[in-house]
Amino acid sequence: MSSLTFRGYQAVIGIEVHVQLKTDSKIFCSDGTQFDSSDNENTSPVSVGMPGTLPVLNAKAVDYAVKTGLALGCQIRQKSVFSRKNYFYPDLPKGYQISQYDEPICEKGSVEFEVNGQTKKVGITRAHLEEDAGKSTHFGQYTLLNYNRAGIPLLEIVSEPEIHSPQEAAEYCRTIRSIVRYLDVCDGNLEEGSLRCDCNVSVRKIGESKFGTKVELKNINSFRFVEKAIEYEIHRQIDAIENSEKIVQETRLYDADKNRTYTMRTKEDAQDYRYFPDPDLLPVIVTDEKLKQIKSSLPELPLIRAKRFSQKYELSMHDALILTEEKDLADFFETAGHKCSNHKAVCNWILSELLRELNDHKLNITQSKISTDQLAELILLVDKGTISGKIAKTVFKDIWDTGKNPEKIIQEKGLVQVSDPNEIAKIVDQVIQTNPDQVAEYKSGKTKVMAFFIGAIMKASKGKANPALVNDILIKKLNEC
Amino acid sequence: MSADQFNEKSVLKIAQLARLKLTDSEALELSRQLGKVIAHFDEIAMIDTHNVEPLITPTDIEFFVREDLAEKKYSAEQMLENAPEKQGHLFKVPPVV
Amino acid sequence: MDLLKITMSEAAQAIKNKKISALELTQFYFERSQKLNPKLNAIVEFNQSALTNAKAIDDKIAAGDDPGVLTGIPFGIKDLLCTQSIKTTAASKILKNFTPPYDATVVNRLKNAGAVVIGKLNLDEFAMGSSNESSHFGACKNPWNLDYVPGGSSGGSASAQAARLVMGTIGTDTGGSIRQPSNFCGVVGIKPTYGRVSRYGIIAFASSLDQAGPMVSTVEDAALTLEVICGHDQLDGTSSQRPVEKFKSQLSANIKGLKIGVMREYHNSDIVHTEVRQTYENAISELKKLGAEIVEVSVPLTKYAVSMYYLISASEASSNLARYDGVKYGYRSDFSDLSNLDLADFYSQTRAEGFGAEVKRRIILGTFCLSSGYFDAYYKKASQVRRLMKEQYDEAFKKCDAIISPVSTSPAFKIGSRVYDPLKMYLNDIFTTSTNLAGLPGMSVPFGMTKENNLPIGVQLTGHHFQEQKILNIAYALEQVSSVKGKMPNV
Repeated sequence: MSSLTFRGYQAVIGIEVHVQLKTDSKIFCSDGTQFDSSDNENTSPVSVGMPGTLPVLNAKAVDYAVKTGLALGCQIRQKSVFSRKNYFYPDLPKGYQISQYDEPICEKGSVEFEVNGQTKKVGITRAHLEEDAGKSTHFGQYTLLNYNRAGIPLLEIVSEPEIHSPQEAAEYCRTIRSIVRYLDVCDGNLEEGSLRCDCNVSVRKIGESKFGTKVELKNINSFRFVEKAIEYEIHRQIDAIENSEKIVQETRLYDADKNRTYTMRTKEDAQDYRYFPDPDLLPVIVTDEKLKQIKSSLPELPLIRAKRFSQKYELSMHDALILTEEKDLADFFETAGHKCSNHKAVCNWILSELLRELNDHKLNITQSKISTDQLAELILLVDKGTISGKIAKTVFKDIWDTGKNPEKIIQEKGLVQVSDPNEIAKIVDQVIQTNPDQVAEYKSGKTKVMAFFIGAIMKASKGKANPALVNDILIKKLNEC
Repeated sequence: MSADQFNEKSVLKIAQLARLKLTDSEALELSRQLGKVIAHFDEIAMIDTHNVEPLITPTDIEFFVREDLAEKKYSAEQMLENAPEKQGHLFKVPPVV
Repeated sequence: MDLLKITMSEAAQAIKNKKISALELTQFYFERSQKLNPKLNAIVEFNQSALTNAKAIDDKIAAGDDPGVLTGIPFGIKDLLCTQSIKTTAASKILKNFTPPYDATVVNRLKNAGAVVIGKLNLDEFAMGSSNESSHFGACKNPWNLDYVPGGSSGGSASAQAARLVMGTIGTDTGGSIRQPSNFCGVVGIKPTYGRVSRYGIIAFASSLDQAGPMVSTVEDAALTLEVICGHDQLDGTSSQRPVEKFKSQLSANIKGLKIGVMREYHNSDIVHTEVRQTYENAISELKKLGAEIVEVSVPLTKYAVSMYYLISASEASSNLARYDGVKYGYRSDFSDLSNLDLADFYSQTRAEGFGAEVKRRIILGTFCLSSGYFDAYYKKASQVRRLMKEQYDEAFKKCDAIISPVSTSPAFKIGSRVYDPLKMYLNDIFTTSTNLAGLPGMSVPFGMTKENNLPIGVQLTGHHFQEQKILNIAYALEQVSSVKGKMPNV
């Protein structure tokens, strides 16, 4: 139960996410789907809607839809139907979009995610397959059309209106993105448009059971903007209501520069799409066998994996969520952890050094210049006491820059930690001898001067002395003085 | 719907949906002709179709899909050859609001 | 060799045996077409490469290859099927300059079997009509009497075939458009089982009803052509995967013991022209003589076939024709200034100017039947009754091997004579529309002639799904004993 309120109002938000499925060919024909092709090079008579052409369904699009539906906890409709959604728009070559209407392939699921330290559950009403439209570029005096995108498979995921704040909305979208990337069914690239979020926002006074008029927000291409757009819209609607103005049911676009929403078109007479089952396409059949096969291919999903990491490896939920945001990163973490049997250390290294390097060089984990083997080896060296943690940080950088294994680097640079008590004793003795004043200070109770001694000892040993041993031996010797 | 309910106004509304410009006299004539046809269709209203699944495509196959293989058989040039108006390899239309 | 009477397989063999060249045969028909077409207006576009294509067939043979079972056979293709590099218009202004970069699968298969395309044939605009009078290219004439319609929508195919402008033609049938014109022009036309022949490249009228089929001079030629064009197509997700039988080699006039159904609902129809009834009854008595058994069957819901047909076909058509919008291809209205144009006006004016009256009528009708508030009572209801009627046919075919009936209520009528009343026009399709709705195969075979005007009259044979061989055989048997076998009009 959300106790979020906005000036005495509750925000009711539902989100439609359009997920572009990363198949090699389009949903109803064999055109390629590469993002960066030249104008109209990924087209053919079918995708341009030429006379006499027919749609033929791509098996993989169905598999991906089922996979996603299962991951979203949906019931898979084993017989679903494609319907034609009829309307006129230049980016729609056939004058209708092939979609699913009253018999969608996935229904009644839910997702969970963490927001503000709590677990929030949002219902998924349905997810259905449809084809994407072409792209129009407007030039004031005319519009130009590129049908490369027309026919790319989309899975439209519709949430229940159970989201009640901008943050929840953004987290919901992030969760969907995370899941589809885990499943490897979609790139989840908002800038390129392979994941698009449309938000339906309405408000109602606390305690009111009736829903307010909902407004659709489009053209939001980052999760940050999801939050900002919704935040703006909630307050715009409240302002209007307080001013006794009626909320118009319409589509509004988000302007990121001005941080506001503005009218795109009004849904005056709600469009009559005249849906009817597409006679060119037979119902989509998902057999028990196919369902079983896809179910067994599902990876462990992000939130569940995070919870497992947290419990099994004793990590904070916060850390676990970062590690599991991308499947590749979670895999890296777990693999490296197994190799050195120290998941906590791997976690720390990832969250500090590794993510920093990746971000600085704008790389993702699959392009990491340090492998799981190398990181594991490094951690083992620290755990064995061969090198100190501090030295390890420099070794990490070297691995990144040179690609050499830690063992080799340590040998080449002579970084092996000095752990022989006799050797350390020699250095300690030397430092004590050459610094009588500081010894006197220590004897007089100023224990803070320990830092000076340790610094000097580390310097004399070129950082290689085992800090724990140094500490013990130093204290012993000082006390003997 | 009886023949007289399907009037000129209904026809104009439908014509809007179908993007067909009609003169008033065309709309009137159509309402008369089609009104009769639609009234005739009402004969099927009396047939008992309780629980009958509609027959959409009378084919013998249950389901058909193709493999996810990309194929390039046509160039952008070919696709644009019949375009009423174009700019480079893009189709040109009036400005969309 | 009488090039006007030779069968397709005889001609193909003669070419392969080099008794005649493909070029000579094509030249003969090409010249004949050019000479006679002005009288008939059956051919709307000639294939300028026909002679070149024919020569290529000869070259193939010279190289020792076998071009196929239709080697060198000149064909006319209804201008509803896309032909690569040859204008394809659906007899509509809205596609008047459209040249497809692809062939319909049917055309592809004919070419792969060695056939040569002579040209494209006239039709009712977008296949909507029963007289070929709604064509943008003007009416087509019936070669038996030039004042009469050839029927429709495949009027050009029937006319061209009857006058032997070509050796074979392809038509399409959505509610009778192969059978009725075949009937009016005295040729053999067959609409296969739905899904038997690929619809890819056939400009769609009603997706769940359309099928292409041969309209030719003999049952044997129909069987051969059918073999070539049938079969599963990866580009048509509704096409059957059933293997294609060898229709021609399995042709047999021995129909002893076959059960021929006469439908109670049609048999006593009182709106049938006397001579049509006479021809139909003659066919029944001939079938009895040949050893077939006549049984009565009943498909009561055929009473509503015309309503279901017009409702469903118009609905599907209203959606299928939405792509003709002046954006990607085809006609666009002459707008002086794109920048000031409202998008809705752009579409509305282009489409109003590009489509003919009957097409507009069907689009409005179909849009209405799918519209909010009416969908359940019209489209959905009709689809449900459709299933019930199909089930009644399934029952009827348990009692018989094929059903015989008239094709149309009358023989061909005079051009311009049908008083314009759509409902009245539509009601003439009572014998053919139910076949498409149920997806059954149906064919028309010539069997008689009117005494006064010398107009052909045929009979219709309808089979159960995928029973083309049976109806071909029955038609073959009737053909051998028909009084009109081999008759040709004097054009």
